[in-house]
Amino acid sequence: MEISNTESIPGRRIVEFYGVVTGNTVRAKHIGRDIMAGLKNIVGGELVGYTELLQDSRNEATERMIQQAQSMGANAVVNVRFATSSISQGAAELFAYGTAVKVE
Amino acid sequence: MALRSKLSDMDDGTFQNLNLLLNFGLPLLLLMTAYFIGSMIERTHFRSIRKRESEYHGYPVVSFDTMPDDWKVSDSTMVAGNIVVSLDYFKRVIAGLRSLVGGRLKTYEPLLERARREALLRMTESARRQGYDAIFNVRLETSRLANSRGDGHGTAGVEMLAFGTAVKFASRFSRP
Repeated sequence: MEISNTESIPGRRIVEFYGVVTGNTVRAKHIGRDIMAGLKNIVGGELVGYTELLQDSRNEATERMIQQAQSMGANAVVNVRFATSSISQGAAELFAYGTAVKVE
Repeated sequence: MALRSKLSDMDDGTFQNLNLLLNFGLPLLLLMTAYFIGSMIERTHFRSIRKRESEYHGYPVVSFDTMPDDWKVSDSTMVAGNIVVSLDYFKRVIAGLRSLVGGRLKTYEPLLERARREALLRMTESARRQGYDAIFNVRLETSRLANSRGDGHGTAGVEMLAFGTAVKFASRFSRP
């Protein structure tokens, strides 16, 4: 499965379009991580726990998007975009979407 | 209230001193600690960013949405880099005060700048580690994770995400 955030896969030609595919995940922060992040918040800087949490969640959202594309018979997803929205205090939705296509 | 009743047998002066210390001393100490450690972290981070950026000098990371015509590529994938950062307590309080009168919030600017540069660096590092030669169509996204309250409390995380399409050149000197 090829993934790209451009309108085509570089060096390949799109032969078929399958439409928009999406993947999402809603994650709440872990209590242990949150305590650490709260402490880290006093001195500022990177909140490593949150960085990893978001990275994992985004990978999962992408993975779900890819699964949907595969079930349609596509072999690539182009024009991938990410969105993050905070749903409630302490929970966020990570969302990935793109266009499933078949490339040569 | 519980504290007060426990301390009721103390004389008034001691209680007031203790009260003063709890009300002003502790936040002040916290502010000072936050200020010193926070600025130290920021300086160290900027130094590390500059050092790593100089290592990637000459590695093409561009925001064009189509590839230059002379790039012949053999392989591509999507790469991303992210970071969550927060402002230190001292700067949050300063920013809170400053936002009363409006204008430029100087304390936030370096935070967002270093986060963005770090996200770009992480993306570049991941592309390079996987053996890709260039990144194009780079996009940057900023999202706020939680609110910071006006008084400087509360987790105020900001996430920076950089992502783009990494490509391998078919031959390194394919450019005319």
